[in-house]
Amino acid sequence: MKSLLSASALLALVAGSAQAEVKLGVLLGFTGPLESVAPPIAAGAELAAAEISETGSFLGGETVAPVRGDSTCIDASAATAAGERMVTAEGVTGIVGAMCSGATGAVLANVAIPNGIVMISPSATSPGLSTVEDNGLFFRTAPSDARQSVVMAEILGEKDIDEVAVTYTNNDYGKGLADSFQAAFEEAGGTVTISAPHDDGKGDYSAEVGALASAGGQVLVVAGYVDQGGSGIIQSALDTGAFDTFVLPDGMVASALTEKFGSDIDGSFGQLAGSDSEGGAAFEALAEAAGFDGTAVYAKEGYDAAALILLAMQAAGSSEASAYKDKITEVANAPGEKIFPGDLAKGLEILASGGDIDYVGASDVELIGPGEAAGRFREVSIENGEITTTGYR
Amino acid sequence: MDLLNALVALTNFVIVPATAYGAQLALGALGVTLTVAVLRFTNVAHGDTMAFGTMVTILATWGLQSLGISAGPLPTALIALPVGIAVTAWLLLATDRMVYRFYRRNRASSAILLIVSIGVMFVMNGIVRLVIGVDEQRFDDGARFLVSARDFKEMTGLDEGLAIRSSQAITLVTALTVMVALFWFLNRTRSGKSMRAFADNRDLALLSGIDPDRVVRITWVLVAALATIAGTLYGLDKSFKPFTYFQLLLPIFAAAIVGGLGSPVGAIVGGFIIAFSEVGLTYAWKKVLGYTLPAGLAPDGLVQLLGTEYKNAVSFLILVLVLLIKPTGLFRGTST
Repeated sequence: MKSLLSASALLALVAGSAQAEVKLGVLLGFTGPLESVAPPIAAGAELAAAEISETGSFLGGETVAPVRGDSTCIDASAATAAGERMVTAEGVTGIVGAMCSGATGAVLANVAIPNGIVMISPSATSPGLSTVEDNGLFFRTAPSDARQSVVMAEILGEKDIDEVAVTYTNNDYGKGLADSFQAAFEEAGGTVTISAPHDDGKGDYSAEVGALASAGGQVLVVAGYVDQGGSGIIQSALDTGAFDTFVLPDGMVASALTEKFGSDIDGSFGQLAGSDSEGGAAFEALAEAAGFDGTAVYAKEGYDAAALILLAMQAAGSSEASAYKDKITEVANAPGEKIFPGDLAKGLEILASGGDIDYVGASDVELIGPGEAAGRFREVSIENGEITTTGYR
Repeated sequence: MDLLNALVALTNFVIVPATAYGAQLALGALGVTLTVAVLRFTNVAHGDTMAFGTMVTILATWGLQSLGISAGPLPTALIALPVGIAVTAWLLLATDRMVYRFYRRNRASSAILLIVSIGVMFVMNGIVRLVIGVDEQRFDDGARFLVSARDFKEMTGLDEGLAIRSSQAITLVTALTVMVALFWFLNRTRSGKSMRAFADNRDLALLSGIDPDRVVRITWVLVAALATIAGTLYGLDKSFKPFTYFQLLLPIFAAAIVGGLGSPVGAIVGGFIIAFSEVGLTYAWKKVLGYTLPAGLAPDGLVQLLGTEYKNAVSFLILVLVLLIKPTGLFRGTST
């Protein structure tokens, strides 16, 4: 008995000394249909981790070591395995991720909840995640698609468009966005003539476009991925003359779109999460100095997700998820001193002395409801083959 | 006027795409059917043979483009086709020498050869991905449209547009030429006749002095040509991506089996049946019916038999129906 006790004491000691650095999981879709989007988000999260480490005042002088994992995007079991490895082998207590909505739901249910780990997704936008059972462990710095849908319906209303056809990529993200858009648009008095899924990775979308064209509509809403079927649908619709104006949600707005279609899709418009806040500009400058593109989609949210986890740890004075999970909303919202990117050291000091902060960050973070960003959206349109920002809402 | 609009809408969204797709499937099914008839096994590697042939053609196209050679309004890939066919023929002959010949000499059953061809498929799959990568490649150049939807509307004053892409026209013309040439070869030339004799009765053919190795070589060269042409036409019309070529295997096999394995005419008919069913069953007939029916009867719903996400299931459905009702296919092929 005595030897058992001393052995466990020894184990506790070893475990204690291994905690010299705090590990932060960065679980994103480095492979799969959004692989081109993941690196800037990861770079954003790692930038926040590095900034916190350098201050020397984090939890009494600890450093933060980010650990990367591949959540793919469409393979829930691979995402779960990667998350499980982070928790059991690396001992992370907070995860920035996962990236796509389906993978996020899987990691939350199979890894985060059983192990009591906090997850903040920078990019999962499915409305389904708002109502999911999360034990207070799940947050997101990206706004729900329910919000994006309302914004999209507003934009269409202002352009006097009341009849649209919708096609969505056949997964959690696409279906969630299409359904919530249909609800929002119909509430605003519009008509959705057809809401048809398309599968990614096909060579031929003429059957899909045929059905969409037959249903009719003034514009076509493409809730898909630019690297995948979304572009195929647009190509086929342009070729057959079925539609020439497209509404482009966040998965479609990327430079790959204009590289492919140039001015053929002039007049198309869309929206993506984005803000013109002071924090955004500060982050873009930091990102440029660190050598990546700070304007990339969800890069700001990646930085904010990592910063929120680490600031909440500081506020709780512990890196245990059970201790700091309740601090996240407190740190993110008013009242308190506003904290922008690059100011993390100031935030840590205020928290260490028992003060209150209101983390604004790169993307104007304001957590509402079940712990998700209220969200600001950048409205864009395609003019002369370029993506141009027309406003924020 | 309404009838014309209905006809144009139907042509634009069903007839034109299904005809081009059907011609591509027919060429693929012809290659499958030839291996079944002459070599007596089902070649699962056919989809990846198409991908390989297309890849070589694309590389040759890029080569020609960098030399500044183009075919004017036609896609450069058409000039590059012979290179693609030659390299693919070489690959298939080498595969036959290294893999299939061993099993043929041992008189292995067609089931064993089928499984061997799965192995060959994985190897080809890997070669293509290693050389050109997994990404989508577009290699169509030249004029994009024969008739564009906008021009058609201005020309005719109709509400509906009709677009015919040059790749669709090229597909049809090339496929017809290839089919005529193939039938001429099989029915009129000495080599073609010996192939058919070998297919009908191997022992009798051997007794009458036909060189089996020569017949096998000719068959592989024909298969290479058909696969490369089918793959290149599909790639020109849509886009090239190794994974989609692998997926093409299902409709191609469905086409070959529906027509009757081993029957060239059956393969062609089967290709068009599969293509028209895929597009027709998933088409929403609302617009066409709206034009043709009197105002009061026009449907509110979409009149769509199957959601487009079930497009691939159509091939399966037809396959099952044919195997249940007429296992030899429409044109009395073998029922293996």
